[in-house]
Amino acid sequence: MAKNAPKIGVYVCHCGINIASTVDVKAVAEYAMTLPNVAIGRDYMYMCSDPGQDLIKKDIKEMGLTRVVVAACSPRMHEPTFRGAVFGSGMNPYLFEMCNIREQCSWVHVDKTEATEKAKDLIRSAVARASLLEPLEDRYADVTKAVMVVGAGIAGIQAALDIAEAGHKVYLLEKEPSIGGHMAQLDKTFPTLDCSACILTPKMVDVSRHPNVELLTLSTLKKVSGFVGNFTVTVHQKARYVDVKQCTACGDCAKVCPQRFPNEFDLGLATRTAIYQPFPQAVPAAFCRNEKQCLGSLPLACGKCLQACEKKCIDFDQKDIVRDYEVGAIVIATGMDVFDATTLPEFGYGKYPDVLTSLEFERLCSAGGPTSGHIVKISDGEEPKDVVFIHCVGSRDKQVGNEYCSRVCCMFIIKQAHLLKDKMPGCNVTSYYMDIRAYGKGFEEFYDRVREEGVRFKRGKPSEIFRRKGKLVVRVDDTLLGKVIEHETDMVVLGVGLVPTEGHRELAQTLKLSLSSDRFFLEAHPKLRPVDTNIDGVYLAGCAQGPKDIPDTVAQAKGAASSAIALLNKGKVKVDPIVADIKEDACSSCHICEALCPYQALIYDEQKHVMTVNQILCKGCGVCPSACPSAAITLRHYTSVQIDAQLDALLRKAVSSEQLAVSSSGTEA
Amino acid sequence: MADFNPKIVGFACNWCCYAGADLAGTSRMKYPPNLRLIRVMCSGRIDPQFILRAFKEGADGVFIGGCHPGDCHYVSGNYKTEKRIRLLKGLLAGLGIEPERLELNWVSASEGQRFADAVTAFTDRIRQLGPLGVVAVTH
Repeated sequence: MAKNAPKIGVYVCHCGINIASTVDVKAVAEYAMTLPNVAIGRDYMYMCSDPGQDLIKKDIKEMGLTRVVVAACSPRMHEPTFRGAVFGSGMNPYLFEMCNIREQCSWVHVDKTEATEKAKDLIRSAVARASLLEPLEDRYADVTKAVMVVGAGIAGIQAALDIAEAGHKVYLLEKEPSIGGHMAQLDKTFPTLDCSACILTPKMVDVSRHPNVELLTLSTLKKVSGFVGNFTVTVHQKARYVDVKQCTACGDCAKVCPQRFPNEFDLGLATRTAIYQPFPQAVPAAFCRNEKQCLGSLPLACGKCLQACEKKCIDFDQKDIVRDYEVGAIVIATGMDVFDATTLPEFGYGKYPDVLTSLEFERLCSAGGPTSGHIVKISDGEEPKDVVFIHCVGSRDKQVGNEYCSRVCCMFIIKQAHLLKDKMPGCNVTSYYMDIRAYGKGFEEFYDRVREEGVRFKRGKPSEIFRRKGKLVVRVDDTLLGKVIEHETDMVVLGVGLVPTEGHRELAQTLKLSLSSDRFFLEAHPKLRPVDTNIDGVYLAGCAQGPKDIPDTVAQAKGAASSAIALLNKGKVKVDPIVADIKEDACSSCHICEALCPYQALIYDEQKHVMTVNQILCKGCGVCPSACPSAAITLRHYTSVQIDAQLDALLRKAVSSEQLAVSSSGTEA
Repeated sequence: MADFNPKIVGFACNWCCYAGADLAGTSRMKYPPNLRLIRVMCSGRIDPQFILRAFKEGADGVFIGGCHPGDCHYVSGNYKTEKRIRLLKGLLAGLGIEPERLELNWVSASEGQRFADAVTAFTDRIRQLGPLGVVAVTH
């Protein structure tokens, strides 16, 4: 080994049998010993355990190792763990290299010989790279003590309250005129039958009155720049045309409005005026005007509301506002939509008025709903004598692209069946299900209770709904009886599943968040980081991450809030030192890189006539070094020399230390 | 050709394709062991010279994995990769290397199956093409 040559320790992990069952770990560790610059190769049962880490620490101290390679799981899993371990022994954490022989080797291959060969190749490559790694210094930036919470349903409200209570500023963003989300539309919650509004509205009021919370209704997130601790969020706030502070929600304006439109809150089962309050408990308690539906302010056109409003809080000239907010963290609590039942024409939703979605039925049950809680057929206003509920509409259905279970619909329908029996004991209630998923606290007990109340649960997924002699007929294959039956009924309630909100994908692209295969936001780790995302400082709460019920939503919201609070309280955030560098004497000032950089981090120095890198703006993507014709740009930790060495080592069976020395003294590219 | 075992190297961006490859592993999906993947932060880091070097050093195929259009963690790195790869494919043809030996694929962090399928299909394709006919030049 040459003088000043790096001294590398290679540690190969068995991961119990996760790696060892397909990779001959001992042979790989022995092979590592034959590689240039490797001073020691060891194998150990669990490298990430304390004794495993101690092994590395001890070797660094006793053998004077200058580089460490751990061949184990994905660097996305344990790179931070081992960087911490080597740092604890006085080594620069960027002199550590991780080699993925679990997720990308032992778990995906069957043949032990082939998997072992692959592991050897990967380690040879990792050792070549490790030889050429350079120490980097972490930098730190201050954290802006404010949080943007996107979406003000129960998830966003809870997260905002917790963060505000911890003493931090919160901007609570809501695209609708009122906060509250879907929970405000519910009559009762399962399985405790709490009145939804009674438990939600106090929280709505609390959050709106909290001195640390700034409510931004009719607002959407347009752009996000910056990084963890230092985000700039551009928000577009639509004009409300009513002064929120002045309006007392007296309703005089709506009384004179001649226009009528379907009320979104009641899902079109009732109407509202063009100037309106979405629902009586809306927060902020102020009216708002839909400028597209309004006839206009000119006296000839209409302008009646302007005259009716005594306090003169209506302002037709109000303008949309686009404003930037500086925040340290972002909580995504954008919730969900319900499945569009018109996608399944066989159920006749939209064709037969008495085929409703479960959310529409909820509005019929609600005392604040279009029928004041009186359950009647939409077609004739008569009470139904027979009602059918259908489970799994738009859930667990590959054909509509929703393979997942929406988790809440079973209990939602069971609760609605109970409400129906409670209001109309004489009504026949039948529920057609695929499987009943009553997994939560008190769920199974509630399901039992509702069965005892006389609701019939039949196993089978209806195939068709049609009309015959003024009645709805549900055709269903009863899978327990093993025969097809036709069930004549007065009303059908479709237990629609939950789907990502409209605009979900655009939001993901704006924030650079990933979506999982069910199209909801992807968490950083399915088990251990369920509220984090792949973007540091951006957290998930509620149904935005996947269907869940209210208690789970609140729990996740509190989790997201505490993550944001922990970040803000820490006050400092580590900034990745992996950024681009420019060799000034090699730069020909061709400006090619300048146009490529998505962050405007490359700035031309007029005095020196060279490009320079703003290392705060640079995110380290490496698009510029790959384009520089003069090879003047280097991306730290991913230099061309390092990548070339990795490639060469992968493709050649043997790499000598001389070769590594040659490539390390060569120029970039 | 039956005993031809192709050498394939790949580059994957950390945020989408590499994470998708990890998910394929976590989900215990199986694919041929020929691919050796190098992790970069963004597919935009992949200098066409790395790809040429890989062919020069004896790779029979090169696999590039990035984020889906619109999903790039660094705004637009994958678009730049797309352009570069398209250009490079033309150049490869001129050098006598079949452009099909270079694969660009978009794999998101949730698409473990897509990754496994893409690697399987690409390995099969290289197997069909046979060993790269260009003699490797050594230093």
